[in-house]
Amino acid sequence: MNVLVMGCGRMGAQLASLLDAEGHKVTVLDIDAHGFRRLPPGFGGIALVGDGTSEDALKKAGIEEADAFVAVTQGDNRNIMAAQIAKHIFNVSRVLCRIYDPLRRDIYEALGLEAISPTTVFAQIFKDKLLSM
Amino acid sequence: MYIIIVGGGTVGYYLCEALLNEGHEVLVLDKDAAKCERFGDDMGSVCMRGDGCEAATLAQAGAARADVLIATTDEDEDNLVACQVAKYEFGVARTLARVNNPKNEMIFKKLGVDRTINVTNLILDHIEGDLPTHPMVHLLTMMEDGTEIVEVRVREKSTAVGKAVKDLSLPPDAVLVLLIRNGYKPQTVIGDTVLEVNDRIIALTPTAAEDVLRKELTGLD
Repeated sequence: MNVLVMGCGRMGAQLASLLDAEGHKVTVLDIDAHGFRRLPPGFGGIALVGDGTSEDALKKAGIEEADAFVAVTQGDNRNIMAAQIAKHIFNVSRVLCRIYDPLRRDIYEALGLEAISPTTVFAQIFKDKLLSM
Repeated sequence: MYIIIVGGGTVGYYLCEALLNEGHEVLVLDKDAAKCERFGDDMGSVCMRGDGCEAATLAQAGAARADVLIATTDEDEDNLVACQVAKYEFGVARTLARVNNPKNEMIFKKLGVDRTINVTNLILDHIEGDLPTHPMVHLLTMMEDGTEIVEVRVREKSTAVGKAVKDLSLPPDAVLVLLIRNGYKPQTVIGDTVLEVNDRIIALTPTAAEDVLRKELTGLD
């Protein structure tokens, strides 16, 4: 699979390296090259500096050939905007988006965006762990 | 009308002032306490502290009964989300977004924002209109299908001078509609119309073909 990952924070870098290790073609996009230090030494994918909310930067990163797009920057709104551009402008077949704010996640999920809220997911995991002790 | 303004920066501030003067009910939303205080000192309780992209804040602001939401922050993504949440979650009839990157105008429209305002393009439009010698002026953008109506002046250096319209290498979807020539009535352009220096042409063109059209008629890159 050809995957474009927007945001090279801990989450983006980890996801990119997992996909790369499994032999997928991965491109990571971040506005700051500093984030690329998180990629493992043997990373075989492409790391590109660019703003994922800009149509031009997405084109340069090869979004037109991508099978999947994942938006995992720190900003909910940046992720939402980029994911919608990927889905509605470039018609990428699989688009995933991180939205910390649970309410906002629900709104965009209802609008057809596949979104995960770490807040909800982790709160649930922590609660389950606590109660199973 | 009840109008919600997201973003209490300079644009939000003066917009709020003007809309209040026109007798509208206005509420400004901003995350920054200091900005909210400035509104409080100058205009009374018109600013609520909160994130205008958050459904909870918009609910508190009474977005469900708002007629218009205007997003004026300097971050395009925040303006997009504020408009979308207002429209799809609260059914606000009219949403307007300030757009900083001109390329986002089309994207915002496709994603449901009713109206976009791009400062860069606005200034550009005025410059073109104010300079009579400017070879191409944008008259109207029909955003939905990416078509523009433009006015182009045929320049001396253009290879189009003395040629019939049917012999020009125009972009396939561009149409020359009207010819305005000094001292004559405006006339519709036909294939046999021969162009002269200083002719003004009103043309319909796809945005993407604008550069080709300008080059053919004005000789300018």
